[in-house]
Amino acid sequence: MEILQHLFDGFLIAFQPLNIGLVVLGVIVGLFIGAMPGLGSVNGVAILVPMTFLVPPTAAIIFLAAIYYGAMYGGAISSVMLGIPGASTAVATTFDGRPLALKGLADKALLGAAVASFFGGTLSVILFTGFAPPLADVALSFGDPEIFALMLLAFATFVGLGGDDIPKTIFSIAIGLVLSSVGFDYISGEPRLLLFGLDGFLNQINFLVLAIGIYGIGEMLWTIEVSRGDSMMSKAVITVDRMWGNAKELLGTWKVAVTSSLLGFFVGILPAAGATPGSLMAYGVAKMTHKNSENFGKGEVAGVVAPEAANNAASTGSMLPMLTLGIPGSPTTAILLGAMVIWGITPGPTLFVDQPELVWGLTASLYVANLFALLANVFMIPIFLWVLRMPFTILAPVIFVLSVIGGYAATLRLFDVWLMLIFGVGGYLLRKLDYPLAPAVLAIVLGPIAEPKLRQSLIISDGDISIFITRPISGTITVIALLLILLPLFKLIRDRLRQKASSTA
Amino acid sequence: MRRAELTTAILLAVFSIYLMWKSAELPIGWIPDEGPGGGAFSFWLAAVMLGSCIWIIINWFRRSSPPSQSSEPFMDSFAIKKFVLVGSGVTVMIGLIHVLGVFGALPIFIIYYVRFLGRHSWTTTLAIALAAPVIVFFFFDVALRIIMPKGYLEFLFLPLYDIFL
Repeated sequence: MEILQHLFDGFLIAFQPLNIGLVVLGVIVGLFIGAMPGLGSVNGVAILVPMTFLVPPTAAIIFLAAIYYGAMYGGAISSVMLGIPGASTAVATTFDGRPLALKGLADKALLGAAVASFFGGTLSVILFTGFAPPLADVALSFGDPEIFALMLLAFATFVGLGGDDIPKTIFSIAIGLVLSSVGFDYISGEPRLLLFGLDGFLNQINFLVLAIGIYGIGEMLWTIEVSRGDSMMSKAVITVDRMWGNAKELLGTWKVAVTSSLLGFFVGILPAAGATPGSLMAYGVAKMTHKNSENFGKGEVAGVVAPEAANNAASTGSMLPMLTLGIPGSPTTAILLGAMVIWGITPGPTLFVDQPELVWGLTASLYVANLFALLANVFMIPIFLWVLRMPFTILAPVIFVLSVIGGYAATLRLFDVWLMLIFGVGGYLLRKLDYPLAPAVLAIVLGPIAEPKLRQSLIISDGDISIFITRPISGTITVIALLLILLPLFKLIRDRLRQKASSTA
Repeated sequence: MRRAELTTAILLAVFSIYLMWKSAELPIGWIPDEGPGGGAFSFWLAAVMLGSCIWIIINWFRRSSPPSQSSEPFMDSFAIKKFVLVGSGVTVMIGLIHVLGVFGALPIFIIYYVRFLGRHSWTTTLAIALAAPVIVFFFFDVALRIIMPKGYLEFLFLPLYDIFL
């Protein structure tokens, strides 16, 4: 009941004129960002963080979360209409959304995506409301070793479950952490890693410099290369009659929506996973279990419902560890977490005690954002279709300009804008060689928190690293983290044994 | 692709060694009663970077990672052309900010991109090129009080400061 009381207070905050206005604005901006090929929630949030300095932190995080949500809805629009995923989180939506559109059933796919997103989003916010406070209560008792162990776990999930090349993943994590330690040693106060003797490195590298570099400049360079030809836009016929028929058919997919939402939510909690793998997994599970599984890939509406329910559920899921433990569950929440640090808020379980209005205002705003995103998505489809015709040669320079301006606004140093350009170009080139970049962004956000925790833990134990194993909670987490790191090794050994078995047989 | 994979790994390995050497300017060992030295964290992580690079190079020799098997070029002529045109555009824009400030550099970049790379009409081009700096000025300089760099054009803004700031 206490939770309901908090939630009620949260709604009062969410319905304040400024906040509700920002929810509406954020959802619309997010829908737009999600719908544009090449831009997803993480790009939108990274580029727009500097703009939120205008409003108080609670309003700012509500705005950014609304963008995150809107982008999850919007990604489906271009997946269906153009056959190009609007964001990586909507890749799985193209599998069946595009065939539906080619059959002239684009309206069914769009409605299915919107309703499924709403369902996944709302169900997961309810789960979030139930899970977050008890988890935060437990986390309040965590000391330095526990928190460091959690961060180790976050990085370990990238290695074990990320699915990218292992040494490249480890490299990405390590370089992110090293970059986070540039500036000065916070204990002795001495300058540290003054790279190439440049004075600009006397300051810490702001995580936004890396995030905007990679997700603004790098992403644009990438999209310019990948989207070579012009795409074909499908036609959508929208009438009330057809809508009614589509809605009735959608009722039949509720089972898929429930399983996909639950799957998405729990996958979203894992730091490495986030919404993209969540939606792909949900699509896979739906395809395996659905009675019409042979229709998947040819235009089955359940194949749109599954990934869309899952990606929205995952985006809420990824907020759970961010707010309760201070460990982001996705690249987008990593940027939200970094933004909170800029606003002077300490993320983690103490938020529930020190900043209840932020936590509950945000939670309540998620309910509102979902409802509004559904309405906006259904009624504004014609507008988004018009916007989608915007040529990339206009969008790209606008994003470059926003990146440069935003990068400057974050730190007020032109040096950092140059650094951002280097990160953007470097990130683009590394991405071409399959280096995952999300771990580096997560690492530069977590680095300034992880290093003090590590050093303090070691001071407590007088240099004995067994402190991470011998304390019950941190021990459990550390062991899980080590198992995750070793997971690819186990797989390798298993594959080798199988190969041997098959070659001898 | 194969050559790019190896070259990148070697360059990153060299950078890792540089980072280790730089970290070692601060103590990297254990300081009694103070814990690990200031450089320890970054030193060992740079060592991890170096280890990963060596691992990537080993994978290259064993041809076990996708880029080390691929015979496709790292960048074809289309990619190189776009990369050079766009990349140099952004670089020149940032460079121009030092001289002409944000409000001189933005329109030039937008005209270059929208008109010459995008081949849009002059009307579209000029509409964006003029709207962008105005929006940026009112959003950042006026509303947020984040003063954008103006370079040698600062004097043009003094009357505007008097009105809006």
